[in-house]
Amino acid sequence: MASAEPLSPPRLAPPPRRGHGRRSPLRSWRPRDQIVFVLAWTAGIALCAVLLAVLAFFAVEGIEYLRPSLLVTHPSPSVNQAGSGGFLDAIEGTVLLGAIGLLIAVPVGVVTAVWVIEFGRPRWLGRIVESTVEIIAGTPDIVIAIFGLALFQLGFFSFLSFGEPGGAFGRSFLTAGAMMSFLAIPPIYTATRNGLLATPRQMREASYALGKTRIATIRRVVLPAVRRDIATGSTLGLARIIGDTAIVILLLGSTLRLQSEGIFGFLSGTGSTLTSYIYNNSPAGDGNAAQKAYAAAAVLLLLVVGLNWAVGRVGKIGGPPLHPPSRRLGA
Amino acid sequence: MLERLRRPWSDHRAEQLLGAVACLLAIGIVLMIVFIVRGAWPTFSHDGASFLGSGGDLDNQVGAMINTTAHPPASAYAVHIWPLIWGTLLTAGFAVLFGLAIAIATAIFIVDFAPPIVQRTMKPVIRLLAAIPGVLYGLIGILVLVPFIENNLLSTAEENSVINVIQLTGGGLGLTILLVTLMITPILTALITDALESVPRPWREGAIALGLNPLRATIAVSLRAIRPAIVAATALAAARGIGEAVVVSMVSGGKTFAPNPADGKIFFFEPVETLASEIVRQAENLSAPAVHSTMYAIAALLLFSSFVLSLASYLIRLPMRRYQVSN
Repeated sequence: MASAEPLSPPRLAPPPRRGHGRRSPLRSWRPRDQIVFVLAWTAGIALCAVLLAVLAFFAVEGIEYLRPSLLVTHPSPSVNQAGSGGFLDAIEGTVLLGAIGLLIAVPVGVVTAVWVIEFGRPRWLGRIVESTVEIIAGTPDIVIAIFGLALFQLGFFSFLSFGEPGGAFGRSFLTAGAMMSFLAIPPIYTATRNGLLATPRQMREASYALGKTRIATIRRVVLPAVRRDIATGSTLGLARIIGDTAIVILLLGSTLRLQSEGIFGFLSGTGSTLTSYIYNNSPAGDGNAAQKAYAAAAVLLLLVVGLNWAVGRVGKIGGPPLHPPSRRLGA
Repeated sequence: MLERLRRPWSDHRAEQLLGAVACLLAIGIVLMIVFIVRGAWPTFSHDGASFLGSGGDLDNQVGAMINTTAHPPASAYAVHIWPLIWGTLLTAGFAVLFGLAIAIATAIFIVDFAPPIVQRTMKPVIRLLAAIPGVLYGLIGILVLVPFIENNLLSTAEENSVINVIQLTGGGLGLTILLVTLMITPILTALITDALESVPRPWREGAIALGLNPLRATIAVSLRAIRPAIVAATALAAARGIGEAVVVSMVSGGKTFAPNPADGKIFFFEPVETLASEIVRQAENLSAPAVHSTMYAIAALLLFSSFVLSLASYLIRLPMRRYQVSN
């Protein structure tokens, strides 16, 4: 004990960061603790290494196979990779699907969070809605896809996709986008909810004191205060939508080109996205064109990295925030 | 009509409208259960409990279904999906086990031991890792790791020893576990890191003041305090692991087979198929009524398992509430 350095005395004011400034000498620890300590460092560095490896791998493959012409030419069926064209349709499909998914998910996610936090009566109904979102977050995408197939193959919904009277194929951008919104709702809901909980009550009370009604307060005061959280949640949701493959394979048909069908044109037709393009061009799909898959994967990864960067940025737009920005990692 | 909408809403009406939208979500879940069980009903009613059992070659059973007519006889629905359940338990189980160990170690590292600059880099790293689409891992797996395993880790003698039953291609249980672990570890790490950061500083400092070293203090106080969060994160990660479909179908070896732990080293190279990946594999054959019904039955099982996970995590967390950190 005598050889060990004394611990620094407790400080009155909270220091800026935890975990530093009171290094107890590692050598005096028990061997088992030393091993665990080293393992914790190893795990952290290993995760960084995995990310670096993935990024470096796709950067190298992307530089090797990605040509600007691939981004602007339509794919065409061909056995050799020189003739199978680019993946313009896949990029369009990704954008279109992300837009449709968000168009549904943002209003539903935000409204649900607002209702649960600001109203939430009767209490049991609020609980049910809360656990519903939790269940949706845990529902596998493949189950959501299968559900969408069953739902939209009903004759009643045939106008959303195409097919003969009395039965539809259930495959289109509209149906896939509707099901994709299930993936984006949990992150949007969670981010909005955390923002609402962090908004000071005084803001609402000041608005009530000025004679505003509750709903006017929500619309004019509370929602503007949490717009950053909504943006963060939406970006996370968008990342989940563009990264999903199962729903695209089952509900979009993953046809090579965008097909215009039915009454809404492209929207009720089939198509593909970057993820399904990669899947179909890997040995697991029918295409087996590794170079095209690598090129598309590089584009997809670039998109995801860009979105991730955007998540950090949207938290800062439009002046200082009304409440400290959320530093949470999980969505 | 528009004029009426433009007028300021009354609080009462707004509450009802917003509530209606929120309830739509709950109705959506109910609809999901109804539609999936309805689609699965022929299989459930014809097969009963034998649906979950083992017996026969699943690939052959499903293959026979594809060729049946529009109104197949009850016998055409006979299928035993035990290999899929076993495969799902193996992959998700191992992945969650490894993922949890790595995630807790990483979270402790980030929150309590990393120097500030490393701390600042680790967070975006975890966030980005969690956002990488699974199909990219699948692509690396099928184009790089599968050939690597076949050429370097598997000998011809090993491949020949089981050639009459299965073909060892390089993809299989081990690779599947590796990739699923990679996919769920960032989610677990993010959630556990958030929880660790919400533990009040004085709790851990008190333990250090009493003479524990910082690591022991973290384990004894912080980790204990966030047990509910760890349970919740594990449930979510397990749900993701069970539901991962596309990646598994890319690297799992392409045959439904129940890997046998008694096979020693080969066990990790044996092909495996999970519940979710089987649906992706049969996506093209859904027009055959018997396949359709079987896949819906599998989806019902998946849905059921995610309900069970939610419920289990809630029930496990109940007695821990006393120590819960507000998060």
